[in-house]
Amino acid sequence: MPRVRIKVDGVTYEDEVEPRLLLVHYLRERLGKVGTPVGCDTTNCGACTVLLDGLSVKSCSVLAVQADGREITTVEGLGPGGELHPMQRAFHTEHALQCGFCTPGMIMASIDLLRENADPSEAEIREGLEGNLCRCTGYQNIVRAVRRAAEEMRQAPEREVTS
Amino acid sequence: MIPAGFEYVRPESVDEAVSALAEAGEDAKVLAGGQSLMPLLRMRLAYPEVLVDLDRVAELREIRDLGDALFIGAMATHHQVMRDPLVRRHAPLIAQATATVADPATRHRGTFGGALAHADPAGDLPAVALALDAVCNVRSARGSRDVPAADFFVDWLTSALEPDELLTGVTVPKLGPGWGTHYEKFHRTAQSWAVVGVACAVRRERDAVADVRVALTNMGAAPVRATAVERSLEGVPVSDGAFRSAAEHAADGTAPPGDLHGSPDYRAHLAQVLTRRALTAASAR
Repeated sequence: MPRVRIKVDGVTYEDEVEPRLLLVHYLRERLGKVGTPVGCDTTNCGACTVLLDGLSVKSCSVLAVQADGREITTVEGLGPGGELHPMQRAFHTEHALQCGFCTPGMIMASIDLLRENADPSEAEIREGLEGNLCRCTGYQNIVRAVRRAAEEMRQAPEREVTS
Repeated sequence: MIPAGFEYVRPESVDEAVSALAEAGEDAKVLAGGQSLMPLLRMRLAYPEVLVDLDRVAELREIRDLGDALFIGAMATHHQVMRDPLVRRHAPLIAQATATVADPATRHRGTFGGALAHADPAGDLPAVALALDAVCNVRSARGSRDVPAADFFVDWLTSALEPDELLTGVTVPKLGPGWGTHYEKFHRTAQSWAVVGVACAVRRERDAVADVRVALTNMGAAPVRATAVERSLEGVPVSDGAFRSAAEHAADGTAPPGDLHGSPDYRAHLAQVLTRRALTAASAR
C-alpha cells in the first residue's frame, strides 16, 4: 500500500492508504475529522469542500493518495484554540444555516472566494458559491454572512485566512 | 460509495506515463483532474485495473506561446486556463467557456485535456476546440500523432485515443485581427451541464462576414459544426436579419438527445436561438 505524508490542519500525518481511499473518508475515518461531511457523494453538493494547498476542492473527488505531500485545511483547522474564524462567526451571527449539513463546505468555499476577491458583490458571492448546495436557507443569510465576513476580514487583514 | 480496487501508478514524466499505459494494456484508465472520472469510479460505472495518475507530471501543466498558435498542456486546470494571460489574449473563447464549466472547486482540479479526452457531449470545451480548429497532440510508447479536433470526438464519451495513448496537450491556432468569439450556453442551474451550447467565431471584413465557425455542444453524441449556418453566412453583410435566417439552420443534420433536461425538438429550438445570440455577440467584438 502506498505510504503518504499529509499535513492536515497544521499537523503532519504519515499513513499507509489503499489507493481507492477517498480523501473525505481518510479525513473522517482515519483522522476522526468528522467536521467534513459526506454529502451527495457525486461531486455536486460541495458539503465535503476542503482546501488543498489553499484551493477549494471537493474531497469526495480526490484520492487520499493524491494529497501525499500536500497540505489540507478542513473546517476544524480554521479556529485554532477554539476561537472562531471570522467566516464561522459571520455564519453564526447572520444565522446562515438551518440544518447545518452544508455549512462546513459553505464556509470553506466562502474562504476560497474571499482569497480571490476580498470585496465580492452579492452576485459574485452567489456565483462563487455555485458549487455548494443548501436545501434550507434559500441562500439569503449565507450571502449576508459572506459579506459580513468580507468586511470584517478587510478591516483586520493581518489575520491569516487559513490555518 | 467506494471505488473498486485498482493498482495506482503515479508517473512524473510523459515518458513514464506512456510506458505505464503501454504496460497496463486495455484495463488502464488515465486520471487527470478526476472531476468526471472519480464519480464514475465511485458509482462503479468504471472499474479499471490500473489508474495512471497524471497529477505529478509537471510538464503537462504548461501553457506556451508557439508564435502563430498556443499550446495548452493537457493537465492545465480550468482555474489556470481561464486566468492565463496568453489564453485570455489569443484564445478568449476558451477562457470565456472555461469560466462556465462547473464551479470553482471543480475548476481547481478539472483539466482542459481531461475535459476533451472525456468527450462528454454536454461538455463545453469539445465544441470550443472544434470551433477553433484546435489540434490534439497525442503520445504513446509507439510514437506521437496529431489529431484535428474534427476527428478527435468520435462518439458519446469516446475520443479517438487508443487505450495506450495519452493526450498531452492541444495546439490552438491564434485568431488574427478582425476575429470575434463568443460562447453561448443554456443550462438550468448555475453549476449544471449545458442543455445546449454554441461556440462561435466570426471574422469581419468591413461590414461583411469573411469567415465564420459555429460548433454545437450537446446536439448529438459528439460536438458538431453547424455547417449550414457557416455556409449561408460567408460573404454576407453583417445584419440582425442575416444572423436570424442563418441561425434557423443551426440544428440541420443534428441528432440531439432527449432527456429530462429537454426533448430533441426543444434542443433544436435552443440551438437556433443560441446560435443567433452567439453570432451577434461574436461579431460585435
